[in-house]
Amino acid sequence: MFDFLIHGFDVALSPLNLGLALLGALLGTLFGALPGIGPINGIAILMPLAYTLGLPAESALILLAAIYTGAEYGGRMSSILLNVPGDAGAVMTTLDGHPLAKKGLAGPALGLSAVSSFVGATIAIIGLTLFAPLLAEVAVMFGPAEFFALMVFAFASMSVMMGKDPVKTAIGAVLGILIGTVGVDSSTGVLRYTFGLPELYDGIDFVVMIIGLFAISEILLMLEHANRKDGNDGLPPLGRVFVSLKEVLACKWTMGRSGLIGFIIGILPGTGASVGGAVAYTTEKRLSDKDNSFGTGNMRGLAAPEAANNASAVGSFVPMLTLGIPGSGTTAVLLGALMLYNITPGPMMFSERPEVAGGLIASLYIGNIVLLALNLPLAGVFARVLTIPRWVLVPGIAILAFVGVFQLHSNLAAIYLMLIIGVFGYLLRKLGFSLAPVILGYVLGGLMEQNLRRALSISGGDLGILWQSGISLGLWIAALALLLLPWLLPKLWQAKTSKA
Amino acid sequence: MKINKGLSTYASMLALTGGLLAASGVQAQSEDTECIAPAKPGGGYDLTCRLAANGLDKTGMIDTPMAVTYMPGGIGAVAYNHVNGVRDDDPNLIVAASTGAAVNLALGKFGQYDADDVRWLGALGVDYGAIVVNADAPWQSLDELMKDLKANPGDIAFGAGGTVGSQDWMKAALTAKSADLSPRKLKYVSFEGGGEALAALLGDHIQVFTGDLSELKSQLESGKIRVLASLSEERMGGPYADIPTAAEQGYDVQWPIWRGYYMGPNVSDEAYQTWVQRMKELSESQKFAELRKDRGLFPMSRFGPEFNDYVLDQVDQFESLAKEVGLKQ
Repeated sequence: MFDFLIHGFDVALSPLNLGLALLGALLGTLFGALPGIGPINGIAILMPLAYTLGLPAESALILLAAIYTGAEYGGRMSSILLNVPGDAGAVMTTLDGHPLAKKGLAGPALGLSAVSSFVGATIAIIGLTLFAPLLAEVAVMFGPAEFFALMVFAFASMSVMMGKDPVKTAIGAVLGILIGTVGVDSSTGVLRYTFGLPELYDGIDFVVMIIGLFAISEILLMLEHANRKDGNDGLPPLGRVFVSLKEVLACKWTMGRSGLIGFIIGILPGTGASVGGAVAYTTEKRLSDKDNSFGTGNMRGLAAPEAANNASAVGSFVPMLTLGIPGSGTTAVLLGALMLYNITPGPMMFSERPEVAGGLIASLYIGNIVLLALNLPLAGVFARVLTIPRWVLVPGIAILAFVGVFQLHSNLAAIYLMLIIGVFGYLLRKLGFSLAPVILGYVLGGLMEQNLRRALSISGGDLGILWQSGISLGLWIAALALLLLPWLLPKLWQAKTSKA
Repeated sequence: MKINKGLSTYASMLALTGGLLAASGVQAQSEDTECIAPAKPGGGYDLTCRLAANGLDKTGMIDTPMAVTYMPGGIGAVAYNHVNGVRDDDPNLIVAASTGAAVNLALGKFGQYDADDVRWLGALGVDYGAIVVNADAPWQSLDELMKDLKANPGDIAFGAGGTVGSQDWMKAALTAKSADLSPRKLKYVSFEGGGEALAALLGDHIQVFTGDLSELKSQLESGKIRVLASLSEERMGGPYADIPTAAEQGYDVQWPIWRGYYMGPNVSDEAYQTWVQRMKELSESQKFAELRKDRGLFPMSRFGPEFNDYVLDQVDQFESLAKEVGLKQ
C-alpha cells in the first residue's frame, strides 16, 4: 500500500531533489518573511523558471512544494519581530509573538514557532499519507451551506477575543467585513463600492491590506513619536536566544490540537491557513488561557497558530492530490504547474505516476526536517534583526512591500490604496482598536457572504438549507455552545454551589 | 560584531529578493517584446502569456525571451485602459485576452473603451465549454437533462467558476436558451474558480457544472463525473473522443474559449503585420503544437483582421444576449 511512499523517498533523496528541497526551503522562508511576496506569488514567479530549466516533473514539484512549506515558516518572522504578518496564515502569530519579542524573548519565540510549525506540519503530512483519499471524500461533503456554518463557527469562536473592549472588537470585525465587500460581487457581477475605478473591481488585495494596516500605520505611529526624546526607540532588550525544552514541552498538547485543527480546515477547499490559524488560536485561548495572558506574550498563543497554519498548508494538498481540486490559492498555482507537465492529479496519480505523488509527499517529510534544522539554530541570528533600530527596519519592509506590490500590479493605484489603508489603520490604532479582528473580518466575511448566497441560490431562498445536513447542524450547535457556555456555565455553577 | 552578523544576514536576504524583483522589473522596461497578463501571477492570463513566450522562445522566432508582466485589476479593464491610454502605440507589446474579456467588453465593464478600441491580433489556442454532471446523476444524455430542466427548472442547480454575466454563466445561459428555457429561470450558483465548482458537483451540492474541457481530464480518468456534452463544433480527439457535442444531440450551443492577444490602437500597420505573421508561423510549427497540447488547448487559426472581425462579432452577440436576459439595458 505504501509502495508509492518508499518509491517516493528514493526519488526525494536523490542529490538533485534533495538540493532542490533545500533551495526551496530557503527561498520559501525568504518569500514568507518578506511581506508583499508570499507563497502564491513566489511560486507563480518561479514556476516558469523551473519549467524553462527543464527540471523533471517530480523535481519541479518538490522545489515548489518546499517553497510553499518554507513560506509558512517564514511568515512568522516579521509577525514576531515587527508585528507585520508576512503572509495570510501568520496574522494570528502577531498577537502573542510580537509581545514576546517586546519582552526580549524574540529568540525563544522564533525557536518555539519553528518547533510548532514542524509539529503541525508533521501531523498533517502523516494525515496526508494515511488518509488522503478518505479525507477527500469528506472534503467534498462541505457544500456552501456547510461552509457558511463553518464561518459562523469561526466568528463565534472569535468572541473569546472580545477581551477588554468587546464593542471595539465587534466594530473592528465589521469594518473588516465592509472592506471585504469592495469589488465585483462574486455572485451577480454587480460592482460594489468601486466608485467607477477599475482598480477596485477585484477588491482590495490581501497584501495591500496587510502592509497598509500593519506596516504603514506603524510608520505613522513612529513619525508621531519621532520628536519625543524618551531615550529609547522601542528596542527591546535581547534576552536569551534559544527556546528551552521545558517551554516546548509545555506546549505539546497545544501543538497537537492546533495541528489537527489546522489540517482539518486546510483540507476543505476554499478555506486557508488564515482560517486555520484563527480557529486554532481561539480554541487554544479557550482551553488553556487560565490567567488571561493570551495577547500579552503567551507561548501557547504563539504555538497554536503556528502549528495550525503549517498544518493547513499541508492539508490543502489533500484535495489537490486526490481530486485535482486546489484547496488554496497556492495549490491552485501548483496545480497549474502539474498541468504544464501534462500530469493530471487525482486518485490515478498514485498508481500511474508514483514518482510524482510519492516524491512530493516524501519531500514534504524531508523539507520539514530541513526547515526545522535551518530555523532552530538561526533563531538567534534572526532575532538580532531587532537590534536594528525600528525606524530603519519598518520603513525598509514597507519599501520592499511597495516594490513587490508594484511588481505584481504594474500600477500605482495599489500603492495609493496601501497608503490610504495605512492612515485608516493609524486612526484605528490611535482609537484603541486591535487590528486582528479587522483582518479576520476582512478574510472571513467574504467567505461567509459568498457561501451564504451560494447556499440560498441552491435552495431558491429557503433558509432551511443552512442547517439541513448533519455537518452544518453540528457546526451551528458548536457555535451556539461557544457563545452561550461562557455565560451559562458560571451561573449553573453558582446555582449548584448555593444549593449545596 | 554579533550585531553586524545579524544585520548582514538580513541585508543579504533583502538584497537577494530585491535583486530578483529588480531583475524582472528591468527586463520589462527594455526594448524587448513584452506580454501583459491582465491578472495576478498564476492565472489563466499568465498561462496565455507564457504560451506565447515559451512558443516564441522554443521555436527561436525571437532572440531574447519575451517578458511577462502582471497588471491585475478590473478583470482586465486596468490593462485595457493602460494600453488605450498610455502604451497605445508600443510595437513590442501584446496583451493576453480570452472569451471572458469579450464578455466583459459586451457588458460595458471596461469603462469608456469598446471592443474596437484595440487591434485584435489572433488566438493561439482554444478550449471548449462542457456540460458536466456527477457520475451518479440520473441523466445519461444532454437531452434527458434538458427535458428534466424544462419540467423542473427549480430543482436543478447549475454552477461554475464565474459570476452571473461571466463567460462561465454564458455557457449555462446559452444551453438553457437552446432548449427554449429562459436563462432568467435558471438556477445558477457562482463559485470562486472552476475547482470549487467541481468540488461542489462531486459533493452533490450542485447538479450541473458548466466547465471547460481541459480542466476535466483528471476527473474523466477517475470516473467520478459524466460529461454530457462538449460545446464544440465537432467531437474533440484524445481522451474526449467519446464525448458527444451538444449539436449532435439537437441543441445548438457552441462555446469556444479562445486564448488570444491584442495590441494598442495606434500600433503601426507594419508592426501589427509582423506580429500577425509571427503568430501564424508559431501556431503552424510542430514544436508549438506540443506546447499547446500540454496546456490542454486545441488549435485555432484566426489571425489579423479575420480574428479582429471574429472578436467584434462575438462581442455583438454577447451584447444582445445580455440585453435579452436583462443584464444590460
